[in-house]
Amino acid sequence: MAGNPEPPARRTVRAAIVLAATAIAAFGLVAVVHEATRDRIAATARARELARFDQVLGGLLHDNDLLADTLTLRDPELLGATEAVTAYRARFHGQPVAVVLESVASDGYSGAIRLLIAVARDGTILGVRTVSHHETPGLGDFIDASKSDWMQRFTGKSLGNPAATRWRVRKDSGDFDQYTGATITSRAVVGTVGRTLEFFARHRDELLGDELLAAPATIQP
Amino acid sequence: MTPAAILRAGFRDQNPGLVQLLGLCPLLAVSTSLGSGLGLGLATLAVLIASNGLISLVGRSLPAEIRIAVFVLLIAALVTAVELALAAWLPGLHAALGIFLPLIVTNCLVLARAEAFASRQPVGNALLDGFAMGGGFLVVLVALGSVREVLGRGSLGGDLHALLGTGGPTSGWHLFGEQHGFLLALLPPGAFILLGLGLAWRQARQAAAPASASGAALTGGVPGEAAS
Repeated sequence: MAGNPEPPARRTVRAAIVLAATAIAAFGLVAVVHEATRDRIAATARARELARFDQVLGGLLHDNDLLADTLTLRDPELLGATEAVTAYRARFHGQPVAVVLESVASDGYSGAIRLLIAVARDGTILGVRTVSHHETPGLGDFIDASKSDWMQRFTGKSLGNPAATRWRVRKDSGDFDQYTGATITSRAVVGTVGRTLEFFARHRDELLGDELLAAPATIQP
Repeated sequence: MTPAAILRAGFRDQNPGLVQLLGLCPLLAVSTSLGSGLGLGLATLAVLIASNGLISLVGRSLPAEIRIAVFVLLIAALVTAVELALAAWLPGLHAALGIFLPLIVTNCLVLARAEAFASRQPVGNALLDGFAMGGGFLVVLVALGSVREVLGRGSLGGDLHALLGTGGPTSGWHLFGEQHGFLLALLPPGAFILLGLGLAWRQARQAAAPASASGAALTGGVPGEAAS
């Protein structure tokens, strides 16, 4: 290049062509890899979600595809998320038997705590799992099922057991033990689970009813 | 440069983690355990070898004005390809590395080696430099990750099973219960302190070595820049 000076205009055009060619080549590489991995990635994500549903449903019998039977919800006050969240319905022989609700605790110690809460037909909790969180490792990560079984204390509870006003940690004169050293995290999770139950109570018929379901194939007794 | 000199630079004299201090953000953030350190180290190593090789092939024919832009494009495409491949075949590792995997694009180590070394050297040397620099980074990541995991969790390699997807309930050695761990080691300040100790150890070794060998490495910066 140095020994053979080009006119500036040609130089610019050449640079533009090289840059465009690189962009196309880079795009091509990503496109090929994306195409080769897409099905595997989708299958992995699906398997992970289904495994998570199995955990929160606690072995409850159901025979439908939860990922295909969803409702889109938006209730920043009770579900904690400003954006829309998803509810997944579990059915057995067409009958809704439980709803798995996404819910967000935004008043944790560090960022949003995303929860998955399975509520049975009668309003009792089948299971609660943390989907993602940014709580302090070693202090606030007890909400992770792989670290402690603290989250299991919600299983079997409902809005009447304990009463709605008792859905707090003991420090706030509620019925739930806070995890030592992580009151803020405990408070956020207990409050969010309680509010999610309240959402379920208010919208029970819509959540369990069939009228919102697009596919009319299910049987209503 | 001789192959031995390139290897020595990457692993010791110009070690990215302990001498050049490149890519500190992922280094400090991800090295919470042996497993995640190893995972990010291997991903960075793969990207570095591929980007060095590719850039050595095209680097010298590029107009100066767009050289950096082309490097960034190529590195970004490579990192995206590695990320997709990990998501498909090693989902556990992909989840553990999280945002730091796509952020390899912004790891200054990768661009620094492309600009300062790979674009001026034959392919063989560039590939070897990618291996040496990536390997040097990997060693520091694994060392820091191991120390932090032992101090903070009382285990070593305790999350390897999740990363490799072998399915076993546990892996690695468990020296003492996690509740007795030294929490600071797992938090960002602990990462800074331990890396600082590593730097001090390295400087002490430098100071003990003959002056002729130590001076060049400490002040030399990136070797390719001196050559240009």
